[in-house]
Amino acid sequence: MTDETTATDVDVIVVGGGPAGSCAALVAARAGLSVVLLERGPFPGSKNMYGGVVYPRILDELIPNWWEEAPIQRWVTRRSTMLLTDTQALTVDFRAEAWGKPPYNGATAFRPDFDNWLAGHAQAAGAQLITSTTATGLLRDNTGKVVGVRTDRPDGDLHAHVVIACDGVNSFLSKEAGLYEHTDAKHFTLGVKETLALPKDVIDERFGVRGREGVDIEIIGATGGVNGGGFLYTNLDTIAVGVVLKLNKLGSQQQRPEQIIASLKQHSAIAPLVQDGELKEYSAPHIHAAGLKLMPNMTTDGMLVAGDAAALCLAAGIWLEGVNFAMASGMYAGETAVEAVRAGDTSAGGLAGYQRRLSDTFVLRDHRKLRRAPELVLSDRVQHLYPGMVANVVERMFRVDNPTPKPGVRRILNQERKRAGVRRRDLLRDGWTGFRSFG
Amino acid sequence: MTDHSGDTRSHPAQILAPNEWGGMSFQERMATAEFRIHHQAHIVVDGSVCEGCSTRECIVACPANLFIPTSDGGIVFNHEQCFECGTCYLVCNKEGAISWNYPEGGHGVVFRRT
Repeated sequence: MTDETTATDVDVIVVGGGPAGSCAALVAARAGLSVVLLERGPFPGSKNMYGGVVYPRILDELIPNWWEEAPIQRWVTRRSTMLLTDTQALTVDFRAEAWGKPPYNGATAFRPDFDNWLAGHAQAAGAQLITSTTATGLLRDNTGKVVGVRTDRPDGDLHAHVVIACDGVNSFLSKEAGLYEHTDAKHFTLGVKETLALPKDVIDERFGVRGREGVDIEIIGATGGVNGGGFLYTNLDTIAVGVVLKLNKLGSQQQRPEQIIASLKQHSAIAPLVQDGELKEYSAPHIHAAGLKLMPNMTTDGMLVAGDAAALCLAAGIWLEGVNFAMASGMYAGETAVEAVRAGDTSAGGLAGYQRRLSDTFVLRDHRKLRRAPELVLSDRVQHLYPGMVANVVERMFRVDNPTPKPGVRRILNQERKRAGVRRRDLLRDGWTGFRSFG
Repeated sequence: MTDHSGDTRSHPAQILAPNEWGGMSFQERMATAEFRIHHQAHIVVDGSVCEGCSTRECIVACPANLFIPTSDGGIVFNHEQCFECGTCYLVCNKEGAISWNYPEGGHGVVFRRT
């Protein structure tokens, strides 16, 4: 029975130094637990990339006045949603002065910068950061309870009361623990991004912002035959342009990711914004799309799963969030680990507070509320039929076709719906789904 | 290392060679990202399994363009400029074709801090 008496090296092992892992480690270390934070890259954030905007308000609880020190690029004070066809663009553009002042709303940031900063707080709280170390598997006792991780270091087994897996979207640890039922390509999207260098004053002028104000643009209808979306946002002296593509469509459409970015950059609504930008970095992570449908069981004996590893990424068209869910779930995982270690019960039962915390907060409430949204936004009608239909309606409303008199809006709507091949029934159904999801 | 120049590769007809895009060669594009290469491949592709594959989606989907079709219907893979995204094993529908692990700690892609 040596397994049960194996000495633990630390109270908590957190695998992955991203936003989930650092928040988990920060909370557990602050409560006085001994914590190891494992990072496979040479520094936290070195493996991490995303579609641009972080919403850090959840940090109010952990790092008061975080905005005074967080390494952000620009505060997003302007948000646009663009609907593109090959030759048209319809933009809904919103600005809020308040988003440029404390406590702010969203910010653009380089993840290697931001994540490294957050991990620094975990270290300052007492967590021991071990970089360049990959967790290669789980250690279990003879009851199957997770009691630690194996690493790729010599003599690299580490034992703990609780393992918090924040090992990202591929999370081999939660798959090894049997927490995922299925991982089908149709539930995933691939994000690819180009970071383009431009002088700050050129960015300010093109995007109509000043100082640290920034812009985030979400784009629908710009990904060719592949279902997905585009994005364009401002850093301080770079801009990032990219696309998020449904994996199971990418291969079948025979279009390469960088080819789709190239066409987006050539669109008449985008080209003037990105012109002369020199490619500084081409990068590709992948992100979840399925939301609730893919989410694993997040608790098992001795282990919790947080962040992207738990599929906590919200890709619902006009909402693209992930870092906030990662930070919050990491924080709640940390709190739960503290509770369980103090109570001396780190079984699934002892860790049950995690699921409750997720369910009671925005982490799962937002996902439940928007559960139908990702599928709707990525559906063939929204992707391939509606943008053209809507753009044509708007074009005809604003076109002055003299001497022909203006047609009524209702007539235009009906004609364009028919021309796009959209059935009235489907339009109503999608409208209702959208209303229920977003309303 | 596999020859990554655009001219020597055969692509399905409908895909333009990657070096046609964005006014720069694919090599130049990939040179903007930093890779700390480990001699041992973290992803191993069993080309013999790929021979019976009709979809070959990895060739198109891999954002680093690391899956190269060969004239005899196989696939050659090079791990060195891998983004570690996981796209290949997700789109692959041939059991056992791709065995996928993270690179040794401290190796692989390193994204920029500025």
